[in-house]
Amino acid sequence: MSAPHLLVHDKADNVGVVVVEDLKAGTDMLCVVTEDNSDFHLTSKNDVPIGHKIALKAIKAGDTAIKYGQDIGKFIQDVEEGGHVHVHNLKTKRW
Amino acid sequence: MANAYGDQTFLGYRRENGRVGVRNHVVILPVDDISNAACEAVANNIKGTMALPHAYGRLQFGEDLELHFRTMIGTGANPNVAAVVVIGIEPGWTQVIADGIAKTGKPVAAFSIEQNGDLKTIMDASRAAKEFVHWATERQREECPISDLWVSTKCGESDTTTGLGSCPTVGNMYDKLIPHGIYGCFGETSELTGAEHLCEARAANPEAAKKFKATWQAYMDEVIEPFKTSDLSESQPTKGNIEGGLTTIEEKALGNLEKIGRECSYIDVLEPAEAPAKGAGLYFMDTSSAAAECVTLMGAAGYVVHTFPTGQGNVIGNPIVPVVKITANPRTVRTMSEHVDVDVSGILRRDMTISDAGDALIDTVVRTANGRATAAEALGHREFVMTKLYRSA
Repeated sequence: MSAPHLLVHDKADNVGVVVVEDLKAGTDMLCVVTEDNSDFHLTSKNDVPIGHKIALKAIKAGDTAIKYGQDIGKFIQDVEEGGHVHVHNLKTKRW
Repeated sequence: MANAYGDQTFLGYRRENGRVGVRNHVVILPVDDISNAACEAVANNIKGTMALPHAYGRLQFGEDLELHFRTMIGTGANPNVAAVVVIGIEPGWTQVIADGIAKTGKPVAAFSIEQNGDLKTIMDASRAAKEFVHWATERQREECPISDLWVSTKCGESDTTTGLGSCPTVGNMYDKLIPHGIYGCFGETSELTGAEHLCEARAANPEAAKKFKATWQAYMDEVIEPFKTSDLSESQPTKGNIEGGLTTIEEKALGNLEKIGRECSYIDVLEPAEAPAKGAGLYFMDTSSAAAECVTLMGAAGYVVHTFPTGQGNVIGNPIVPVVKITANPRTVRTMSEHVDVDVSGILRRDMTISDAGDALIDTVVRTANGRATAAEALGHREFVMTKLYRSA
């Protein structure tokens, strides 16, 4: 398998992690779910730095972000499929 | 065979109390901040010794003073230390610390400054330190079973690659070595927020689960709630974590907990710097998530090698405990290679499995135990930071 652009921990997740440097908007990304090594393709909508997250599907403000199959916080903006997910649109539910 | 580490050995220094060290330091230990100068002068006079300057030790009281003594005594007692010269401003607390260390059976000498002055103290302590160097340098390494190795862990400047790569690598190491009788330790109380339910479920018994939950809840109620002025963003997660793609504490905590693997469970919950007392296995310690504080506390509990996953490139070391850095972030490997002991970036390219990475880490841990200098040791990183619970009297 060629090296993936995006890794997803769990099948239930709605975000994945960019694992290559200099990912550009419009890239046809190879995405791998580490849980079972299954793969799929998704188009990035933004330039996204390595380590940052991308939405795997269209998301509404108020939705819960799922990573590792667990709740990692609340979206405060809508995010399109393939869009950059970070502190501008996702906040902790704690503290 | 996936797990053939039962016959693994390493070359260590067996100490008077039976514990095994992987370094052979002669330490000049200040009881308090105002004895740092004398300790540093002794370490300058006598080659092969090391002073451990720190910021505290005066007018502390109660639980905070107990933690100070426990950290000082535990650091001197650590089997990576062959012998200790203790220097304090006055003889009382100096003797408390020297006597605590001497229970291990290792050579300890105590000096105090009042009624002597710095110069006489430095001369007397230098003579004792010189004898200790002669003695320590005649100690020999011997072959020891892997079960004599105590390995702690804590991650720092994490990013999303730590949860994908370097933390599961440490977890794989524990899954393979804990069954062979090593002692493990993880901590970082605040940084389990969002994964506390999963951590609670990984206790080996109901008492440990209850103790963990009470410890975590106490930090929330007694520190976070009264002192917070925001959602802690840029503190926990740190600015560096956010640069690396971590957005929330929940996300950071889930990556952090990957360090305890898939099969391990913790048998007890330790106070900061408390030595484990329930036999071989994994322990949780109540610690800060700040790297130097946490590693200092685990060293004071008796751990002799530290495994440190990083994403963005935390450069921490410790004066007495070798700190092994692991990263899966290819940008960090490219830009900060001098800090990286184990490169597991192949996990992100899917050309290295977590099990391959665990084997590579175990190999480096054993070589480090045998005497190989870590990146942090070669670069001179000796961060020794005492944990302070509240303002002194």
